[in-house]
Amino acid sequence: MYVAVKGGEKAIKSSLKLLEKKRKETGTKSIEINQIKEQLSFAVDRVINEGSLYDKDLSALAIKQSQGDLVEAIFLLRAYRTTLERYAYSTAIDTSKMIIKRRISASFKDIPGGQILGPTFDYSHRLLDFSLMKEDEINSYQKINNQEPKNKEFPSVIDYLNNENLLEQEINNLKDNPFDVTRDPMKFPASRDQWMQILARGDEGFLLGLSYSAIRGFGSKGTHPFVGEIKYGIVDIFISPDELGFEICIGEIEISECQMIDQFAGNKNTPPQFTRGYGLTFGYNERKSMAISIVDRALKSEGYGEEIKFPIQDQEFVLYHADNVEAQGFVTHLKLPHYVDFQGELNLIRKLRNEILQGKKL
Amino acid sequence: MKTGFNFAYLDEATKRMIRRKILKAVCIPGYQCPFGGREMPLAYGWGTGGIQVTASIIGKQDILKVIDQGADDTTNAVSIKNFFKRVCNIMTTDKTAEASLIQTRHRIPETTLNKDQIIVYQVPQPEPLRKLEPKEKETRKLHAYKEYALMHVKLYEEISQFGSVIKTWAYPVETNNRYITDPTPIPKFDNPKMNNMEALQLFGAGREKRIYAIPPYTKVKSLDFDDHPFEIQTWDECCSICGSTKSYLDEIIINNEGEKNFICSDTDFCKSNLEKNK
Repeated sequence: MYVAVKGGEKAIKSSLKLLEKKRKETGTKSIEINQIKEQLSFAVDRVINEGSLYDKDLSALAIKQSQGDLVEAIFLLRAYRTTLERYAYSTAIDTSKMIIKRRISASFKDIPGGQILGPTFDYSHRLLDFSLMKEDEINSYQKINNQEPKNKEFPSVIDYLNNENLLEQEINNLKDNPFDVTRDPMKFPASRDQWMQILARGDEGFLLGLSYSAIRGFGSKGTHPFVGEIKYGIVDIFISPDELGFEICIGEIEISECQMIDQFAGNKNTPPQFTRGYGLTFGYNERKSMAISIVDRALKSEGYGEEIKFPIQDQEFVLYHADNVEAQGFVTHLKLPHYVDFQGELNLIRKLRNEILQGKKL
Repeated sequence: MKTGFNFAYLDEATKRMIRRKILKAVCIPGYQCPFGGREMPLAYGWGTGGIQVTASIIGKQDILKVIDQGADDTTNAVSIKNFFKRVCNIMTTDKTAEASLIQTRHRIPETTLNKDQIIVYQVPQPEPLRKLEPKEKETRKLHAYKEYALMHVKLYEEISQFGSVIKTWAYPVETNNRYITDPTPIPKFDNPKMNNMEALQLFGAGREKRIYAIPPYTKVKSLDFDDHPFEIQTWDECCSICGSTKSYLDEIIINNEGEKNFICSDTDFCKSNLEKNK
């Protein structure tokens, strides 16, 4: 008898073997974790973000194990992360104390401390570099003497606008620990700490598409946001254990930050002013930090009393669908057998057709 | 045997949190309790809610049965069973009557469950009103006010258009005269089994982070109208293996000419029915 999708035990074992074979069968050299970490660093950074676990070694391992399927790698990292104990919440990082690797503003020609281009594909020509097909050992590379920025601390560029009250104030009104999306179920209306976490973990492609939709026309009044400042660099992480009563530094992380400036027409209580959208990611994920800042601003619409017309302004639409571990799981579950349910539909459609064909209904 | 993980994968604090939510859910039959769902090493939509509920209540003496579409040997059921074998080192079974804990996707076993058993449903979408109102903020209000007109109108419209309610699976029920509840995508054939069931029924939705419950001996009514009473599916055929005319049947295409056969969806029931008839 033909019985599809049954006899699962053996099939699963063979399937896993085939997957392993796919990785190994041509007998190429195994990629070292370090090679992935250093040479595929953007992939590694994407995975630590959406996997929401800052561990580049494990991220590289996940990429290797998933054979380069980044959504799968993100899933692996999340499933590992969930088993880790929660010791403490860090205090808020201070990005004005960032050790800068890149810092640009599109709103001001010159900024105190200067614009620092840093490593970026922005001005590369997207021409395939055939010399990489057969690259010499990396150690033949000549070290560039990087000009270290002289000033270590850069105040946020857009704070300059604060002096004239042109920009909305960001006030920290968090009383307790922040909302924790890894511990608490979603709540609506969502608070900003909740949505910022979901956006930070959210799928880059989804957020990029959403932010694109907003600036292309499916956003508030077709306004054009301005990059106040984009930064990429290293910050210290502090925790403040109750039993100590003071802060201790537990390490440093790389982050990307984007401050987006957007317009606001004002209302009865507030004269027109600039508003902010903010994006923060682990590692070097500039594109995503920009996307987040646009989505963040759109999600603030309700608070400004703006009309909610577009998907990007809709909290439930954005926050429920941004997570790719959730999304990929649910979309791919359609692969699971549904023959019991389908049988119900088959039965029904036969019955409905019979009734109509026999003229009962006509 | 050392598994390298805490018993049943989740840490004890998480399991306790989930058990508290289960208790709340049992106290308010059919009410969807939000819970701090965790990420699991299996994909969302593949049973993570059910797995978390099972992981939180399973003990070393439990005998676990896992079914998908009624069958013990479908790949995902096997995969979930293997997961629990790996992180709990417990006994599993295919026999409904032997199991103390049954995790299921899309079916309720044909064998009547008893008071010593718990059945855990995997839930893709806990909100029965979601297709009618996409916003959670709104649907929570509708439940709070017991404002279910949307659903009744929907069923009415189906009857006026097709002559009957065309929902064949995930057919909505009312639990304990109060909450409209999603029975999960079980065929409506199984709905009557939920009514006054002796076993505790727990429902876990991982992605949506909701737990709900139907305590033993609770009234569960499939929504209908006096002049259009609720009906279950029937077949003209019987099971081609065991001959049963009382079980839910899967249709199987047996050759390239498209000839078909019908067999029980519940593999354990089919086997024991066959033995009984010998």
